[in-house]
Amino acid sequence: MAADSTLIVLDSSQRKRSDRLGERGFLYVTLAATLVAVGVLVAIAVKVFDLAAPAISKFGVGFLWSQDWNAVTNRFGALDFIYGTAVSSLVALAIAAPISIAIALFLTELAPKWLRTPVGALVEVLSGIPSVVIGLWGILVLGPIVESQVEPFLNSFLGWIPLFSGRYSPVGLLPAILVLTIMITPIVSSISRELLSRVPKEQIEGALAIGATRWEMIRGVMLPYVGPGIIAALILGVGRAVGEAIAVTQVIGTTAGIRSSLFGPADTLASRIASQYQGAVSNLQVSSLAYLAAILLVLSLLFNLGAQLIVRRVERSRG
Amino acid sequence: MSTLPTSANGPDVPPIFHVDRRLKRRKIVNRLMEGVSTLAALLAVAVLVLLVGSVVVRGASAFNGAFFTQVASGDFLNPAGGGIAHAIVGSAVIVLLATLIAVPVGVLVAIYTSEFARPQVAGIVRLCLDVLNGIPSIVIGIFIFGLLVVGRGQAAWIASVALSVIMLPLIARSTQEVLTLVPLTLREAALGVGVAKWRMVIGIVIPASLGGIMTGVSLAIARVAGETAPILFTSSIAVNQISTDVSHALQTIPVLIFTYSESPEPADHAKAWGGAILLIGFVLFTSVLSRMLMSRMKRRLEGGARGELLGRVTGLLGLFRRPSA
Repeated sequence: MAADSTLIVLDSSQRKRSDRLGERGFLYVTLAATLVAVGVLVAIAVKVFDLAAPAISKFGVGFLWSQDWNAVTNRFGALDFIYGTAVSSLVALAIAAPISIAIALFLTELAPKWLRTPVGALVEVLSGIPSVVIGLWGILVLGPIVESQVEPFLNSFLGWIPLFSGRYSPVGLLPAILVLTIMITPIVSSISRELLSRVPKEQIEGALAIGATRWEMIRGVMLPYVGPGIIAALILGVGRAVGEAIAVTQVIGTTAGIRSSLFGPADTLASRIASQYQGAVSNLQVSSLAYLAAILLVLSLLFNLGAQLIVRRVERSRG
Repeated sequence: MSTLPTSANGPDVPPIFHVDRRLKRRKIVNRLMEGVSTLAALLAVAVLVLLVGSVVVRGASAFNGAFFTQVASGDFLNPAGGGIAHAIVGSAVIVLLATLIAVPVGVLVAIYTSEFARPQVAGIVRLCLDVLNGIPSIVIGIFIFGLLVVGRGQAAWIASVALSVIMLPLIARSTQEVLTLVPLTLREAALGVGVAKWRMVIGIVIPASLGGIMTGVSLAIARVAGETAPILFTSSIAVNQISTDVSHALQTIPVLIFTYSESPEPADHAKAWGGAILLIGFVLFTSVLSRMLMSRMKRRLEGGARGELLGRVTGLLGLFRRPSA
């Protein structure tokens, strides 16, 4: 033992030098990796806007509210796809939000303990299913059901609203909405579940102790507590829906135009890029597709930063 | 608490006298909402069962020897022949290469932010990673297309780069989370006996969190194995051949499903369902695996393994001795 400690003392100057070198080298390597990661983010923004530059300089901001998409006359605009994106994601969100929150409530409050883990795991699995598989199911299984059952059903009750009239079709906005609902429900419900499980036990028990029913406790204590967090989760969910390209391309019918009916075909920003980049005939068309991607990029930044902002504000207010 | 409905009682009447009249209604509302929640959970499970069920039922018929060993027949007279072996190999190669790129970078980023960076810097990096994670994969596809495909043509390695961009934030963020789980006592024990910080990270922190890091990596692999959009731009125009040459475009399972799903040929649909079984099976496998890895790591950190890791700390002291002595 004594010999050992002497050795340590004797070697300490050399060890210190190698430690210092190692320390600095290790720091630089990890720093370099971090710069790469941040650099990728910057590079994505630069490259996408660079690709879109010809279309941006040709069409300007008017691109956003132009309905043209014509490869022959070389006029392009994004309004049809902005409409398709907005309708498909917002309606999907409107369906997914209550379902997701209800699932989260079931899993944190109602389900017997033994059921929570397996059902929770199943919901997680649903979020892991690749979008191309959901799209495959959407086009071959869901589409025909929508055409033969869902659309006639909606039409018979709500046919007086233009949204639910028109020719039944296996592809179109409605299947796209359903597919997006399936994709964002597991995301929102698993975040909501996480949030609900963090509501302080004293508040829950306090409410129950003064005689609130379980639902009154949920409405009065749990939901107000997790409200901002759930809004952040919903923003992330709608961000996912807006950016989803593949499954939507498979089921939406990829046709430009703004139709009053949900039964008709449409196109979103992402699905237009996925379906057209290979057949793009002119540089301006490729550039216009990159312009669509730039819009998506800006939207995803807004959604993400918005969600982060909400989460941070809540965390700060709770200390 | 003020929002509780009992406060709706008139101010002059003690609440208790209202309870009886209202209790029934309150209980009914309660039951109703409980029922709605349960129904929603049932609905989610039903959709999952319907989805996975139809994939399995329809895909199982495509499974035979040729499905796994042969490439697409390209024979219009016998569309049901052949298999998707070229896509299986292509997916494996592309995802493996993407993992090899993303894991070292992601883990190093996590080490920098959780061990070296000042809190403000770490916060900015974390925000960048979250933003990167939120970028739609089709935008990443366009980015890599403009960066590497234009002027060069498609290649499997370019697809790997695109997938690694998707994996990077997933791996870095999950590793960050895991590194914070390593008990402070372990770090202090190492630093307290004079171990240099970088040796402490490599010798103590990384081994202690290996299970958690692997969890993040396997989840990231599961996520990108099904990614289609970026591969569409980088490796979709491929020949029907089994190949591991990453300088050419390789067929992959997701792109094959995407193409076949829009084909009018039922035999192509069958192959797409078969490919979908493989993807879902892979996702299930990795999610089970990652759960196991994570719980094992947590057990190790909580239980007896702490002693073992403390043993490592003393083992690190061996580094101080020169072999010649």
